[in-house]
Amino acid sequence: MRRYGLRGVAVLYLVAVLLGPLAMVFYRAFERGLHPLWASLTDPNTIHAFKLTLEITAIAVPVNTVFGVVCALAIVRHRFPGAGIVNAIVDLPLALSPVVVGLMLFLLYGRSGWFGALFQDHGIQILFATPSMVIATVFVSLPFVAREVVPTLRELGDEQEQAAHTLGASAWQTFWRVTLPSVRWAVVYGVVLTTARCLGEYGAVAVVSGRVEGKTETATLRVQDYYENFNQAGAYGIAIVLAAISVIVLLAMTLLRPVESR
Amino acid sequence: MIEIRNVSKRFGAFRALDDVSLDVDRGSLTAVLGPSGSGKSTLLRIVAGLEQPDSGEIRLAGEDATAIAPQKRGVGFVFQHYAAFKHMTVRDNVAFGLKVRKQPRAAITARVDELLQLVQLQGFGHRYPAQLSGGQRQRMALARALAPEPSVLLLDEPFGALDARVRTELRAWLRKLHDETHTTTVFVTHDQQEALEIADSVVVMNEGRVEQVAGPRELYDTPATEFVMTFVGEAVRFDGELVRPHELEVALDAAPGAREAQVERIVQLGFETRCELTLDDGSRVAVQMTRTHAAELELEPGQIVLVRRPGVGIGSELPNVVG
Repeated sequence: MRRYGLRGVAVLYLVAVLLGPLAMVFYRAFERGLHPLWASLTDPNTIHAFKLTLEITAIAVPVNTVFGVVCALAIVRHRFPGAGIVNAIVDLPLALSPVVVGLMLFLLYGRSGWFGALFQDHGIQILFATPSMVIATVFVSLPFVAREVVPTLRELGDEQEQAAHTLGASAWQTFWRVTLPSVRWAVVYGVVLTTARCLGEYGAVAVVSGRVEGKTETATLRVQDYYENFNQAGAYGIAIVLAAISVIVLLAMTLLRPVESR
Repeated sequence: MIEIRNVSKRFGAFRALDDVSLDVDRGSLTAVLGPSGSGKSTLLRIVAGLEQPDSGEIRLAGEDATAIAPQKRGVGFVFQHYAAFKHMTVRDNVAFGLKVRKQPRAAITARVDELLQLVQLQGFGHRYPAQLSGGQRQRMALARALAPEPSVLLLDEPFGALDARVRTELRAWLRKLHDETHTTTVFVTHDQQEALEIADSVVVMNEGRVEQVAGPRELYDTPATEFVMTFVGEAVRFDGELVRPHELEVALDAAPGAREAQVERIVQLGFETRCELTLDDGSRVAVQMTRTHAAELELEPGQIVLVRRPGVGIGSELPNVVG
């Protein structure tokens, strides 16, 4: 009885905060039929927004995957002074509001910022352009891979790596043949979380992008744009596509994962 | 073959190794025996290059290997908890050392087959370590360590994680394997029976120092220190001297040098009987005798008997025993 009670609470909670709103999004998107939805989704500016979001994600995810793995190795395997600080700093983006991140970049790369003048002198536009949006997205999605890999590496221990060394494997060979395969599911899970975070990023990108339609507008910004212009079908339509991409990524990971480690 | 020269190692305030020197002969099977914390595993890991000594020198095959990376020492290492590559099949585990050396595929296949045969795991090649028993995993780890044909094989408490029956089996099997391959082998253990049963030479360690290096028999018969006497085989204190329980005798009639004692407990150990007694001064001793002799004496707990040491003088033959 008690078990069912607990399950009931969990399911109710999920319905109330997750499934309910999600169902509402679907309902609203299709409320006025397929035509306005399709028209909004195929609008050139919407397509550009999706392309931009995918472009930013395609840069941020690999960057953060490499950084996350390297960072986790540094924290777990190499005891250096300040490892604890590094460990804490990795979590910083989780604690900071994305809007604050955006403002930080504004201060750094703005006309009077530390780096702003430097790039401007060389004719490189950072703010109100793709570079600043990539930097903002990389920043907010930074912790996920490291957070997944650190505990797995700890649990793994270093005995397998030592065994590989005594068998003649170089540090590089040991990493590729032993360490990375052993933590691969943590990396994959981290990548999925990072991807979801990149697709959904709003606050930091909103601050640094300038939100120019068809130029620096990402999918999430486009949702806001449509919503403010009373195009509900369009706003909910983009939201559904974004949610669908995330779900597909999650499903792909679950299906790829071998049965025994699920 | 392995020369360890004045090696010291500290972990913080803990002195793991204190000026240890040791020679291991080519082709021998040597046991390093000691209680936990005696530094035996640290010594082995230093020989393998997995730890760096604070001072001292490791020489392998006549060359200074202290600064050489573990990858290049030509040393095979077997870990207590197997350190199996869990994401690889048994075959891939065994082949690892050959693959990283970029050997031709055909040669690897042949060598792996040969090794799986040697460790009696033919037919298990496509399993994963998780699908093997502890004993099988350790045999796989041994095959993996032997694959690159190391000049030295080091085993760190190789059978420590296994149950008693498998341990005895693998022990005999390791001895047989050594007799076939003649690889210079050093294994670390805290199990004196394991050391005495299969090693040619036993190194007894305690608190980061070598207490004695000797053959199993010599170690038992002429222990160099009190520690060795008590750690290798059982020892009890009688009249201020350390003696083996079988060197004492329980008698019912008065005899010269005999002391009164009360029987506390009688334990049957297979063919032998062990009688635990409290002496008149309150100290406890154990006496080991044959079952037949125990039956003749008809001992019972609570009974007052006499304990003596028939061949007085045996203890004084142990030159370095501190009484």
